[in-house]
Amino acid sequence: MSLRSPLGRVLGLGTAKDGTAHWWGQRVSGGAMAVLGLWFAWALATMPGFSYAEAIAFIGQPVNALLLLLLSVTMAYHSFLGIQVVIEDYVHGHGLKIASLVLSRFAHIILAVAAVFAILKLGIGA
Amino acid sequence: MNNHDRPLSPHLSIYRWPITMATSILHRATGVAMTAGFIVFVVWLFDAATGSDAYAMFLGAMDTTAGCVLLVGWSYAFFYHLSNGIRHLIWDTGRGLEIGQATASAWFVIVTSIVLTAAFWWVAS
Repeated sequence: MSLRSPLGRVLGLGTAKDGTAHWWGQRVSGGAMAVLGLWFAWALATMPGFSYAEAIAFIGQPVNALLLLLLSVTMAYHSFLGIQVVIEDYVHGHGLKIASLVLSRFAHIILAVAAVFAILKLGIGA
Repeated sequence: MNNHDRPLSPHLSIYRWPITMATSILHRATGVAMTAGFIVFVVWLFDAATGSDAYAMFLGAMDTTAGCVLLVGWSYAFFYHLSNGIRHLIWDTGRGLEIGQATASAWFVIVTSIVLTAAFWWVAS
């Protein structure tokens, strides 16, 4: 028994051949997020306080700045992949779906760039 | 059209909710919640880079009942998504997919995420 639909058989099209790239990206960035997220949770829990002086000292410290940069970019990528699947599952209507995916991509790029800018400013300028 | 012998998805409205269904939906819900948390995380960084006035406004917004509820929620979302994400990675190797094993690991993830969240706030306070 073939599991292909009659329409799929007539069109004769296979997969777009990019499904595994998304799958691998989600898994590998998830593994990276486990490490970076646990570091950030530990850093937050053991931080002496959250005053302005303590915050800029924490963010500007080189090792923290490096890990925050990695965390921000990895988080933006992992979040983008996840939100993409949610949009594909729940947003119906071709136009709205494409618009939502483009909007999500822009939003994640803006977040990543804003985070990188803020960390670099505090890490280099302060 | 011989579509009648193709497999069907479960009809959700007549389905009794197994715990594995709750953990699956919670994985997606916590993921979406953390995307919102990521926005707040970036605002924290950006306000710190902007200056002490902007940062004071951020602290003021977080130091409210709603802010505290959100922070506790995001900490739980993180530890849940982390625990259940590891469960997914184990599944990806082909292990633990029997119904009994999946139900047991679902309860294990729920308990682990609550314990980790409690431990986080115990260390933080």
